[in-house]
Order: sequence, then C-alpha cells, then structure tokens
Amino acid sequence: IVTTLFCYRFIYIKKKNTKHTNMDKFRMMAQILQSNQESFMNGICGIMALASAQLYTSFEFNCPCIPEYNYSYGISMLVIPPIWFFLLGFVLNNNVSMLAEEWKRPMGERRKDPSVLRYMCVSISQRSLIAPAVWISVTLMDGKSFLCAYSMDLDLVAFGRNGSAHGLSQEELLRTLAKIPCKHIYDGHHIMSREAAARYIRCISQGFGWLFLLIITIVAFLIRAIRPCFSQAAFLKTKYWSHYVDTERKMFDETCTEHAKSFARVCIKQYFEDISGEIQSVHDHSRDDSDDEDENSEDEDKLLGVRRQETMNKVLWDWHTCKPALSLRKSGDVGQNDEDVSQNGCVNAGLDISPSDMDKKHDDDQMGFMANVCQNGCTSVCNGQKKVWAVHQTKV
Amino acid sequence: MVLQYFQSNSESISNGICIVLSLISVKLYTSFDFNCPCLPQYNKMYAMGVMFVPPVILFLLGVLVNRHTGVLMEEYVRPLGNRTKNPAVIKFLLSSMMQRALLAPMVWILMTLLDGKCFICAFSMNVDPKYFTGIPNSTGLELLKIMAKVPCKEDIIFKNTSFRKAVSRYVRCYSQAIGWSILLIFIFLGAVGRVMKPCFNHATFLQTRYWSNYLDIEQKLFDETCVLHARDFARKCVLQFFENMREDVTVRMPLSRAFRPQTLQNDFGEKEEERLHGITRQDQVDHLLQMWYECKPELDVTKTAYKPKVCITFEDHTGKSLFSEV
Repeated sequence: IVTTLFCYRFIYIKKKNTKHTNMDKFRMMAQILQSNQESFMNGICGIMALASAQLYTSFEFNCPCIPEYNYSYGISMLVIPPIWFFLLGFVLNNNVSMLAEEWKRPMGERRKDPSVLRYMCVSISQRSLIAPAVWISVTLMDGKSFLCAYSMDLDLVAFGRNGSAHGLSQEELLRTLAKIPCKHIYDGHHIMSREAAARYIRCISQGFGWLFLLIITIVAFLIRAIRPCFSQAAFLKTKYWSHYVDTERKMFDETCTEHAKSFARVCIKQYFEDISGEIQSVHDHSRDDSDDEDENSEDEDKLLGVRRQETMNKVLWDWHTCKPALSLRKSGDVGQNDEDVSQNGCVNAGLDISPSDMDKKHDDDQMGFMANVCQNGCTSVCNGQKKVWAVHQTKV
Repeated sequence: MVLQYFQSNSESISNGICIVLSLISVKLYTSFDFNCPCLPQYNKMYAMGVMFVPPVILFLLGVLVNRHTGVLMEEYVRPLGNRTKNPAVIKFLLSSMMQRALLAPMVWILMTLLDGKCFICAFSMNVDPKYFTGIPNSTGLELLKIMAKVPCKEDIIFKNTSFRKAVSRYVRCYSQAIGWSILLIFIFLGAVGRVMKPCFNHATFLQTRYWSNYLDIEQKLFDETCVLHARDFARKCVLQFFENMREDVTVRMPLSRAFRPQTLQNDFGEKEEERLHGITRQDQVDHLLQMWYECKPELDVTKTAYKPKVCITFEDHTGKSLFSEV
C-alpha cells in the first residue's frame, strides 16, 4: 500500500514538472499566435509598400507634352495607382471576408457589436492605406507628374521674362510651355530656360510631398498616441472581441475538417461492413488491441454526435443564420443545465471529501473513481473558494 | 535562443527599432533628390524646409513605433483603481522614449549639415562676392539673382569661371564645421551624463527602472493571456455548438482511468478549463476588460504565490499516521 502511494506521489510530481514546461510552451504558442497574425498582416503591408515604390521606379513616365492631355496624364498618374493599391490591399487582406460575414449575419442568439465592426473596418483600412501613401509621396518627391500637369501654368513674369517680348500668340506659348517636361523636343530656350522652370515646379512638388508626409504622420500620431486618453476600456473590449471572432472562425473550420475526416472514416467503414455483411463490433476486440479501440473511440468522439447529412447541413446553416450565444456551460455544472446529474458521473452536487473518507479506500479502482469524480468537473461545487489546483492536489 | 532573448528584452527591441529608423533616415536622405529652386525668394524656404520638416516626421514616427508610448499613455491616463500612480515611473518612461525618438532626426540634421547642400542653397545669397574672383557680370542680372543661382550646377552663366565652385566650397566649409561641432557637443553631453548619472539618486533610478519594465511586461502578459483565453473560449463555443446539434442523446459516462486510456481530448479539456479561469460568458469578459482599465489591481501577489495547501495525512487502522502529503 505504501509503495502504491509512493508511486502515485512520483507520478504526481512528474506531472507537476511537465505542467511548468507546458506553461512555457503555451506562452510561446500565445506569443506566436498573436504575433503571427499581426506580423503576417504587417508583412503584407510592408511588401505592398515596397512593391509600390518599385513599381514607380520601374514605370516609365511618359508625359504627352500636348496642351490638352498634359494635365489629365499628370494627375491621373498621381491619383489612380493609389486607388488601385488601396483596393488591392482590401483584396489581399483575409479579414475583409470576416468583416463582411460578421456584418451581414442574422442576429441569432448573439448580439452584434457595432464598435467591433468599426474597429475591424478601421484596422483593415489603415493597413491598406500605406501602399497608396507610399506611391503618392514618391510621386510628389520625384516631381515628374507635377511638372507634366502644371508646366503650362507657369507665370513667366516671375521668372523675369517679359510678357510679350517673345512675340508668340497665347496658343503657341501654351504649346511651347507644354513641351517643358520633354527634354528632347523643347524648343523654347529663348523664351524660358527649361531647367529653371523644371526646377521650380519640382521644388513645389517636393514641398507638397513633404507636407503630405507631415500631415499623415501627425494624423497617425494623434490616433495612436493620444487615443489612450479616450475610451481605453472600450478599446480593450473591441480588440478582444475582434480577435475572438477571427479565432472562432478558424476553430470552426478546424472542427469541421476534423469532423469531415471522422465522418468519412466511419462512413467508409460502415460501407465495407454493409457490403461484407459482417459487423465488426468494436467491443469484441480483446483488451490488447487498445490502439484500434482508441482510434475508433476517438473517431466517435470527433463526430461530436453529428452523424447525418441533414444534421451537418443544419450545423453549417445555423452557424451563419443563428450564431450561438457567448456563454459557455461549465462541464458538470449542474445548476445551469437541465441535464441529469448522473450523466456526468458525478456522485452528487455537495461533494465533500474529507481526509478520513480518503484513507478508508485504498484500492486502485476506488482511488481512480474518486479521483475521476473530483476531476470531472464538479470543481465549482467542491470547495467553493479554492480553485482547480487544490482539487488536483487532493487527488493523490 | 537569440530571438527569444531579443523578444524578452523590450529595451533591446526599442533600441533596435531606433537604429533601424536612423538607417531609414540615412537611406531617405541619400535617395532624396535635392532640388534647390535657385530663386532668391524661395531658396531659404526650401532649404530650411528640407532641413527641418523631415526631422519632425522622423520624430513623430519614432514616438509612434515605440512600444513604451502606449504603456506611458495608459499609465498616465488610467483611473487610480487599487494601485497608486508613480510619477517618477512616468517621467522615466517619457525621457527614455524621447531619447530614442530623437536619434533619427539628429541623424538627418547632421547628414544635411555634413553634406552641405542645404546650407549652400539657403545661404549662398548672404556671401559677399567681393572675396571671390570671376563673378559673371555680363548677363545683366542683379547680384542677388546671380548669387541665388550658385547652388545650381547646370546654369550657363557660370560656365567659364570657377566662381560658383569657390562660393560653394566656402559655404560648405561653414556647414561642415557647424555639423561637426554639434556632433561633438552631443557626444560630450552624452558622455558626461552617463558618467555623472550614478552620482545622483541611483537607488531611486533602480526602482523606477524596475517598475517601468514591470508595467511593460504586465501589459504584454495581459495581452497574451487574452489571446489564449479567446482561443479556448472559441474552441469551447464551437464544440458546444456542435454538441447542441447532436441528434442522439448518448449518456457520456467517463470510465475511471484504470479502465480507459486517457485520450488527448480529456487532457486537453482539463487544461482548457484551467486557462479559461472561470470566465465563460460575454458579459464576464466585458466586465474583466473594463475593470482591468478602470480599477487596476494592487501590486500584491502574496495570496496567489503562497496559497494555503491542503495537507492530507494517511493513517492506518490504529490511528498511527503513515504518510503526509501536501
């Protein structure tokens, strides 16, 4: 008897040690989980920003140098690729479909929280806005699009050129000025130095570029650094629930995949059994064949009681149309469910294991049974104050 | 392991980010095409703009990407709750954040000074041309306009003289001298500060450093715990949803361990219950998160660290104690 007790003690201590390393493992897992999702999205963000800068440098800007088309070409080069990058950011972001799903689902048993939807929308938009901002700032710093668009609006008087000394009509003047962006076809050197004009317009373009960068940095600063002053508690809530929605969706997909596997396995087994006419009963296997029994019982477990196509269809349909409430039953929680107590194997609700009771039962079975009773979830009713750890300690 | 070390030490992460930002500022300067307008009324404005606007942007970026900013703002703004606020910790966080954020702007300013283009653009008009020979006075332009064109290399009025190069060299000299002096002053101040710091309030400094590090780690751990909790919550919610749909009511009687080998799910289920910490409903989670901000718990973990343990003594039939276990 004493050796058995020592055995249990050894196993218990070993379990305690592995419990600590498990905590470390879970901590690392949590870190990876959290950082993975965010760093994945940040990585996509960064790649798109680099792609936008690279696209600009490899793109051959080709100003038409014709009065009617200069402005539209210049401005569209400034404005249309950012819109394209913004939409591409939405396309590449996985969370967009999650946002749409959460927005459009019927209420079901779970309320919809508009602040969570807003938070998800804002965070997706913020990430998608980086690549367009990079394109706009690179375009403005380079100056070619401004030069193309505004070369005709140059005020010659400011450059010290006499307004009418060149003897050209207004239209011809405009046509000459429109050729400023094109180095090789400019023919108005006697009117205006091309370099001076180009330099002037590029200067203004760069000024706008730096101003643009300053404004967006100030806005980002105000949003991120000053935000804790307002509604920090509400922010924590929305952050948690938006992350929860994402995790829940992944869990659901995982569970469905597992279920499909088990369903397929059992279905095929049944098919073979039907064809062969023999029924291989699980319980007829000998005790040595515990691997098989394990597998079969595992499959049965994974099916989670859903065995028919209609039921599975109902599962998938109701997942969208009638989402469950965010309220977990404690396993073995008698008060909240109407289940029969005996279903869970608990002896009775007022479980009160005193030390004198423990030492009366020394054999394995009883020990195992008592241990299982404690373990199997009447934790909330055993020892009201003390938590799970205390109950595990009394196991031995 | 190296990655773990860097991840665990949030100070070294902040230093790393600071250095990355400085490298970005160097790269930005080298790839930026400096384009002096060479017009008297715009030269100074352009040059001063290029010298001072990017540092402001880099400073704001440095404050943004620093993790300590969030910690600092939260600690500054939170209600008192059960925990007093320590102004020394807030000051420490602020000063360390500022120091790190100021590095990239200083790098930019020093680069512009040492390179000299900004100074030449801004101050070429203030140079007295009579010290230099070869001024092109055949173009009929005013002196100011000629001087304003000095930063522009390709202008044709300077084609045959060395005037432009001489003036540029002169102004660049000044610019580099100012750059090097500023660098020297900062390094000197840094060295003096480092050497003299332990002379003043070292014990208080150790305390504030510990508590500021603690706040950072506490926030990280809270976020991690929330992530793990959300995962377990989601898993249980999904399982519960499936179980609600089951069409056969099977009585799940778990056999004792001796009869049935422990499956993975059981073990996992146990750990999951632990990690949920009893928080199983939406309003409980909401309440938890609200209280975390509004009423932060006090810094006292005696109750959890030293939990009273149940001690069980096994006695034989005569009442003699055989064995005690905690």
